Amino acid sequence: MSYDVMHAPSAHHDEHEHHQQETTIFGFWIYLMTDCIIFGTLFAVFATLCHHFAGGPTGKDLFDIKNVEIETAILLFSSITYGFASINAHKKNKGAVLGWLLLTFVLGVSFVVLEINEFHELVAHGAGPDKSAFLSSFFTLVGTHGLHVTIGLIWMLVLFFQIMGKQGLSTRMQTKLTCLSLFWHFLDIVWICVFSFVYLGSVV
Amino acid sequence: MSGNHTTSHEGENHGSYGSYIVGFILAVVLTVASFATVLSKAFSFWQTIAILGVLAAVQMVVHLIFFLHMGTKSLSQRQNLAAFIVTALMVLIVVAGYLFVLWDAQANMMAG
Amino acid sequence: MLGKLTLSSIPYDVPILVGTFIGVAVIGIAVLAAVTYFKKWGYLWREWLTTVDHKKLAIMYVVLGLVMLVRGFADALMMRTQLALAYAGNPGYLPPHHYDQVFSAHGTIMIFFMAMVMMQALFNFVVPLQIGARDVAFPLINSISFYMTLVSAILINISLFIGEFSNVGWLGYPPISELQFNPGVGVDYYIWSVQISGIGTLLTGMNFLTTIIKLRAPGMKWMHIPVFTWTAFFACVMILTTFPVLTVSMALLALDRYLGMHFFTNDGGGSVMLYLNLIWSWGHPEVYILILPAFGVFSEIAATFSGKPLFGYATMVIATGIITFLGSIVWVHHFFTMGAGADVNTFFGIMTMFIAVPTGVKIFNWLFTMYKGRVRFEGPMHWIVGFMITFSIGGMTGVMMAMPAADWVVHNSLFLVAHFHNVIIGGVFFGYVAGLSYWFPKAFGYKMRDVWGKWAFRFWFVGFYLSFIPLYAVGLEGMTRRMNHYDNPNWHPWLLVACVGVFVLAAGLACQVIQFVLAAFDAVNKKPDALDLTGDNWGSGRTLEWSLPSPVPHYNFARLPVIRGLDTFHIEKELGRPAPVSELEPIHMPKYSAVGPMLGACGLLIGFALVWHIWWAVIVGLVVAFFTIVHRSANLDVDFYVTVEEIRADEEAFARRLAAAKAAE
Repeated sequence: MSYDVMHAPSAHHDEHEHHQQETTIFGFWIYLMTDCIIFGTLFAVFATLCHHFAGGPTGKDLFDIKNVEIETAILLFSSITYGFASINAHKKNKGAVLGWLLLTFVLGVSFVVLEINEFHELVAHGAGPDKSAFLSSFFTLVGTHGLHVTIGLIWMLVLFFQIMGKQGLSTRMQTKLTCLSLFWHFLDIVWICVFSFVYLGSVV
Repeated sequence: MSGNHTTSHEGENHGSYGSYIVGFILAVVLTVASFATVLSKAFSFWQTIAILGVLAAVQMVVHLIFFLHMGTKSLSQRQNLAAFIVTALMVLIVVAGYLFVLWDAQANMMAG
Repeated sequence: MLGKLTLSSIPYDVPILVGTFIGVAVIGIAVLAAVTYFKKWGYLWREWLTTVDHKKLAIMYVVLGLVMLVRGFADALMMRTQLALAYAGNPGYLPPHHYDQVFSAHGTIMIFFMAMVMMQALFNFVVPLQIGARDVAFPLINSISFYMTLVSAILINISLFIGEFSNVGWLGYPPISELQFNPGVGVDYYIWSVQISGIGTLLTGMNFLTTIIKLRAPGMKWMHIPVFTWTAFFACVMILTTFPVLTVSMALLALDRYLGMHFFTNDGGGSVMLYLNLIWSWGHPEVYILILPAFGVFSEIAATFSGKPLFGYATMVIATGIITFLGSIVWVHHFFTMGAGADVNTFFGIMTMFIAVPTGVKIFNWLFTMYKGRVRFEGPMHWIVGFMITFSIGGMTGVMMAMPAADWVVHNSLFLVAHFHNVIIGGVFFGYVAGLSYWFPKAFGYKMRDVWGKWAFRFWFVGFYLSFIPLYAVGLEGMTRRMNHYDNPNWHPWLLVACVGVFVLAAGLACQVIQFVLAAFDAVNKKPDALDLTGDNWGSGRTLEWSLPSPVPHYNFARLPVIRGLDTFHIEKELGRPAPVSELEPIHMPKYSAVGPMLGACGLLIGFALVWHIWWAVIVGLVVAFFTIVHRSANLDVDFYVTVEEIRADEEAFARRLAAAKAAE
């Protein structure tokens, strides 16, 4: 009584795909908004606990602003490289998309490596998340951002191989790339607040 | 409502090399300004925090416009903007509310 | 290998639990045996468990909600009988450690696994039909939402028989929920079941908000949206703005317990009051998330059974919006005694009192809808009258407690317990039950026997007052909540009355169960006068869902409806239905998918493993979930077209039934 989409009249199907694309992107945007509230709440928690040192080290003692500068630069560059990937995706320029994605991926990985390294050094110096409420909220807030970046990187890798495979730059893939683009740029916005209020705010 | 589905698709803004580069330059300038404000130690504590807040807010708007293509041109964009405004309001309520309530409680209870 | 899980974690020395376990096991085995005997596994899997059809998901939500209602109700029965007995030296039959788990489970289950589940059932069934959509925006995500809710409910029930449940109340206040004071797994069960169900709810919120914004039928302007869908819309907005806060609070509590962090601990600079702010800035909006859809149900029912359009549609929508906003800025009224200053308490007290204004507008709107209408007191209509009386009383005691000075006297007393049951039973529960009986014929094509519904209402209505008015009284006399036993002779008679009340409520619940059983019996026997032939079962339906045959075809609308204004179906009945102008076209629909059950299984494994610190199983669950998602994202064969022949055959069958119904008149 029914038949698969593969055999459907194509004009009808294309119209449906565009409609679905718009809906999907809006739904993803709504998801991002909830993520925004998660980060907003974590910032509120940090704001309440940022002076609860419990005799432990303060941000002034711990934070290495040089490292933050490098991390910020990497994220900003990765934003624009992902942007170039998006532009090429709309031009159906497969090689360029893969190239820019790869560059974005490398930048993202180096950001995560720097962050893990920073966390590792803090813990090694006895300033782990179990030291004080200040450090708990610092690790949780910055760690949640890092976790999001990591998930974004895994997602990017999956899309990279799917673009290389049979899906190519289909409408469906364009939708996925747009969603990841929103996700990636959104993480940049969160990072603006992280470096401004968490790192710079703590060393004033 | 559904009549807009086809038209709004064309109105969508995907950005161009130019817009991304403009956004990038603005973002770099604002970031450098933030770091410089703190590292130069030219301002008092509250002045510095206020400047950081303003710079961060401006930079967020820059990212939203140039990288997330937020705008008011198409119906989709307006819907996204509305969702964002509601979210921003909620974040504001949470952050301001907690600080208002908990600072007040701490002041009254003299707790750490 | 099994983390903290050992044989001694199984409470085989507690007779009540062993008895319960045997009961659950016998019923469970009987159900599984029946499915095997009738060879229904394939049918169950293909037609129900893998479904992405919002109507079938709604029915599964209802079943889950009813099962959890019985579970939560059993907890209530235990608490009331304990308090009737445990007086003047008699310890009762529930030792404090067990009693504490019972009240914690009662609250958690009733809110997360009964009320929220019923609410999602109503969203699923009604919203797409009312806005003229063929499904929700993301049908697969809808199925995943259901499975997240289901497995978290399973997880909370596992805690009965393996380990223990939280004993610190339904919101898990620190510092007592911290590892230092609560080293067992109870709080961990609480954290992960709430966390997983929260993910499901968030996905539902995202899904339905997108559906309402993007999938309305052509011509449906914002002010043409039926009121129930409006309330669903605002509830979704609140879900999306506040459930992330719940996610954060649970995550931070988990970090305290699992990684030794110091968010809410007594030492290390933790702030207990931070947790209260976090949990209540979700928790207060949560009660509005629950009540708004109930308001929506009442609005639909009041209009249908009064034979009049809803009085003040626009004010209803605006009032809902105002409640949505105000509900987000009143959370401190749950802890006026925290020690904040007069300015903080005054602000939150006044904001709380403001909410009475839009709510009052709504009450008057329903009254004026009934005024000079031809009111028919069928089953669903009973609940709304009971609601208006009961909810108003609950609202008034709420305004009393909105005054910080008065709240200091009754804070954490049974007065408070009486107040929130007054609004949640009298508002939310009455509303959802009314909704169930109102839309039941639409879902199944059969009517329920109204007389049992009316008896259910009478028992619930009387039982409510018997159970909770005494709690107001003992609350004013100083009895605090969560008390296991007491010596005050003044309280004892009141608590005996409350105990009688809870058995009256049980009679009401029994009537509802009988009503469902009889409806199933009528359906199996194809009782002719139980059939809903026209689709407009109540004869005065106003919104689009009543224009469809009952049960609704899986694609909902053969032709997308053209909206002519508010209450389109009513307009069509008045002016005559337009002749179908458009040719039938093949309808694009999503295929059923095993991704939902798969991710549900992963969720259950991860949740259980996290509770018991079985780390390898957590990793296995995550990896399987990851590959399930990647596999799905590479799968291009996810949808199909319904052929014109099938749709035409359905249309003709419906036309024959309408003709038969006309002939019968």
